[in-house]
Amino acid sequence: MSLTIIKPGLLDTLQDLGRPGYGGLGINRGGVMDRYAAQVANMLVGNEVREAVIEIHFPGAQFLFEQNTLISITGGHFNAMLNDEPIPLWHPIVVRKNAVLHFPKLQNGNRCYLAVHGGFCVPQWLNSYSTHLKAGAGGFHGRKLEKGDEIPFKESSIYFAGLLKPGKEFEALKWGVDTGSTYLHPNEIFFIEGNEWEQLTYQSQKAFLQDNFTVHPFSDRMGYQLKGVDLHRSANTELVSSAVSFGTIQLLPNGQLIVLMADHQTTGGYPRIGHVISAHLPKLAQLRPSDVIHFIKTDITNAEQLLIAQQQELNILQRACTERLNSLYVKH
Amino acid sequence: MTNQYKIFPLGDSAVTFDMGNSISEALNQKALAMQHWLLANPFEGLKDCLVAYSSLTVLYNPVLIKKYYNPATTVFTWVADLLQQAFDKSVQTKPVARELIKIPVCYEAGYGPDLLPLAQSARLTEQEVVTLHTDTIYNVYMIGFLPGFSYMGEVNERIAMPRKQTPTPVMAGSVGIAGPQTGIYPLNSPGGWQILGRTPLRLFDPFAPEPVKLQAGDRVQFYAITKKEFEEYSS
Repeated sequence: MSLTIIKPGLLDTLQDLGRPGYGGLGINRGGVMDRYAAQVANMLVGNEVREAVIEIHFPGAQFLFEQNTLISITGGHFNAMLNDEPIPLWHPIVVRKNAVLHFPKLQNGNRCYLAVHGGFCVPQWLNSYSTHLKAGAGGFHGRKLEKGDEIPFKESSIYFAGLLKPGKEFEALKWGVDTGSTYLHPNEIFFIEGNEWEQLTYQSQKAFLQDNFTVHPFSDRMGYQLKGVDLHRSANTELVSSAVSFGTIQLLPNGQLIVLMADHQTTGGYPRIGHVISAHLPKLAQLRPSDVIHFIKTDITNAEQLLIAQQQELNILQRACTERLNSLYVKH
Repeated sequence: MTNQYKIFPLGDSAVTFDMGNSISEALNQKALAMQHWLLANPFEGLKDCLVAYSSLTVLYNPVLIKKYYNPATTVFTWVADLLQQAFDKSVQTKPVARELIKIPVCYEAGYGPDLLPLAQSARLTEQEVVTLHTDTIYNVYMIGFLPGFSYMGEVNERIAMPRKQTPTPVMAGSVGIAGPQTGIYPLNSPGGWQILGRTPLRLFDPFAPEPVKLQAGDRVQFYAITKKEFEEYSS
């Protein structure tokens, strides 16, 4: 039970929800950039949300399935195809042995997630499957996926193979997930004030709230650099280093901004003018270079409510997916 | 201990307890004591606890806290209150007399590309810089930036050179200075610190039982070794 990389992509890595608890060692949480899409990918194939998925950037790899496999693809839309036929995102799909999954064209989004029934069978490093590229540990040998890599699965999808119709390479199951409000208004990103927000000049606060910022091509899993008007503080006090988090918006010495993403370093000394709310990180993770961001200020109460609502929606989806898949087992 | 501190949200899933924008052993010890108290009194949803120079940051899952404790306030206020308790109740023990950790460093040509320029700008000989760097016993304030990167201080003010404007590639084991701080790069990385030498010790080994060798609160002193000794270590 496995899949094989027959052509490598730009950056395809095994990830899960990260390895919290090691920040004191300088080891960041890491994990998937879009936690919503990755969790839904696992739910669709009947997995626990903490199973490893493959995070795929465009241009993506080509994957050969060595057995009949129940898979799902969520997140960015790269025109996923099995052999010559397009397949839907956000659906469980039974794939026939020897079919090839590939991603010919970028439609929208920045990364997509591939989950397989049972999850990928790789060793954990510090309680997580996530690939830590700098440490060279976690995921598949601590590195991105390369040609010839064979990634084993924990479980077989044999129960689902009977759903394949003769002559068809795959069968998309009838149900899918509606992502609701998660990715609506993709360019409107909510933030709460950071500790150094008050140090911005009035003009800079106004510019931050009113102007648009563009995602710079030098953006990666560590951080999104933004292009926009230069922002200034009323006094340029040096800060001693302290912790930063996924979504922290830092003001760089040149007046430009960086938003820290999943692979951010654990500590930093740049002024924190704001923090993107957790419920909007999936949306942000799907923005691409040259996409525009409009920051909208909210407060901690609203940020918490939106995150809790998003989690409740995920809990409902998890139950619904489990019930649907269980009904298939019964029919067999 | 002053009572001047600030508690602020670091996003909606983390709180920082900040005791002042300074590099101070007393504040750092207090942050460690608070961390110790929190780990002894954990709560559902606690994900991580990070000590920095003069602050403690707690990372948490707001959804779990809401579910288990259902606070009437925001989850942030609930965690902030707990940090206040950690501050009030944690006892700042005298720093345990930890064993001094001695770290060999080769300061010879080819190992510390910034030693000569730093010496020239400080109007010292290279040997004097090495002596000043190895004479001091440093406190490890925090681990951050990279896996196992130790922030230590404070260096003798005569050699406290600010970091470079632009980061350059730095080799694993490199020992550098940035203002009053000194530290060791555990991995090859771009870096802006002034590199004086390199240690053959491996301070980060992902698959060792303890992947990171140094921890906040450790005491460290460097000693000079020759190129030959460095190579013997590495082989």
